[in-house]
Amino acid sequence: MRLGVLCSGGKDSLFACMMAMEREEVACLIALRPRNEESYMFHTPNVSLVPLQAEAAELPLVEMPTEGVEEEELEDLKAALVCARKKHRIEGVVTGAILSVYQAARVQRICNTLGLWCFNPLWYTDQESYLDSLIGNGFRVIISGVFSEPFDEKWLGRPLDRTSVVLLNQYRERYGITLTGEGGEYETFVLDAPFFKKSIEITEALSEYHNYRGFYRIIHARLVGK
Amino acid sequence: MILLIDLCYRNGSLGFDEFVRPVARIVRHSGNDVIPVHFRSLNDHTFSRAEAVILCGTPLADTAFLAEPGAFSWLKETSLPVLGICAGMEVICTIFGGTLRPCTEIGMTEVSVIGNDPIFQGSGSFSAYEIHTLACSSKQDLEVLAVSDQCIQIVRHPDKTIYGVMFHPEVRNNWVIDRFLTCSIEGSISP
Repeated sequence: MRLGVLCSGGKDSLFACMMAMEREEVACLIALRPRNEESYMFHTPNVSLVPLQAEAAELPLVEMPTEGVEEEELEDLKAALVCARKKHRIEGVVTGAILSVYQAARVQRICNTLGLWCFNPLWYTDQESYLDSLIGNGFRVIISGVFSEPFDEKWLGRPLDRTSVVLLNQYRERYGITLTGEGGEYETFVLDAPFFKKSIEITEALSEYHNYRGFYRIIHARLVGK
Repeated sequence: MILLIDLCYRNGSLGFDEFVRPVARIVRHSGNDVIPVHFRSLNDHTFSRAEAVILCGTPLADTAFLAEPGAFSWLKETSLPVLGICAGMEVICTIFGGTLRPCTEIGMTEVSVIGNDPIFQGSGSFSAYEIHTLACSSKQDLEVLAVSDQCIQIVRHPDKTIYGVMFHPEVRNNWVIDRFLTCSIEGSISP
């Protein structure tokens, strides 16, 4: 089955992509680029760098701009899926949804309208095992945004490694965050994945942080050999 | 051991991770061993070790299982407790004389319990996650225990411990699976 993977540039969509590659044929990545940083559906930090990830993975990319306004952005997603179906003959869509009924149900509805299959291979996964598998499989992931207590500025650009996971587990116990950031507590960006032919090197970045809210903006990045 | 039957269109599909694995987590968490088996790979040996059976759901577009009713004829003979989830309930309905009709529910839906049953007693109404495009007709040899605005949500066989639920209890309603297992294995219900 030819599948398009809805990609935000973060760990969940690209791990779901790897799972899809192991079972089916991934024909393209699909990215919505919101102009609104408060996008309800689509993660925003560094989503502009998804083209670099697509290039690293040697996968075609279908990219669609969106204003990021609730409900209107669903029409943009629909347009992106129609485009992916036309250009890459996809039969289904893969998302990295883990717990968000809001996100999953909306994508399911659009896929149902278009007659596309919809897969959420990380759905209700064991979050600790998932992060362990993510790191164990060689994904290189950084924190690209923080949006809740108790994340401080030092988290911006920090690698999501086993030390970070220990801290995240402590935050889960003390502050009730979701371990994977599914509740919007933090966002990630993938620099390398097992299926990437090249990895991404950040050459310039800027941290913006105020009151438990911060972005790690990648200004320049390039592909390097693995 | 609890037998989890994968109803997805093929063994090892991506649907397994979404519809079987979350149920397996809940069952293991309740202290039971789990064996997942694809519906085309069932044999007498798999059933011989099972204490109960759960028929898991499938992706919205996946209705391949409906073309193979022979793979589920064991339901008529079995004395094992069975819980059918979404696609699993559709199988149970068709095997026990019901028919399916188009009916789409995607997202959270209010489920109202209208029948008396040890698993669902005291539940009243609750919010449940749905993803289906088909629903069971009411003309069947099954008791209706709950409904939504759109369709039948829970059925029970009058003589066997066989239940079907249209919603996905593995999302926000783990208690349904927990109580089914308690009822099935220990023959009692937790307060």
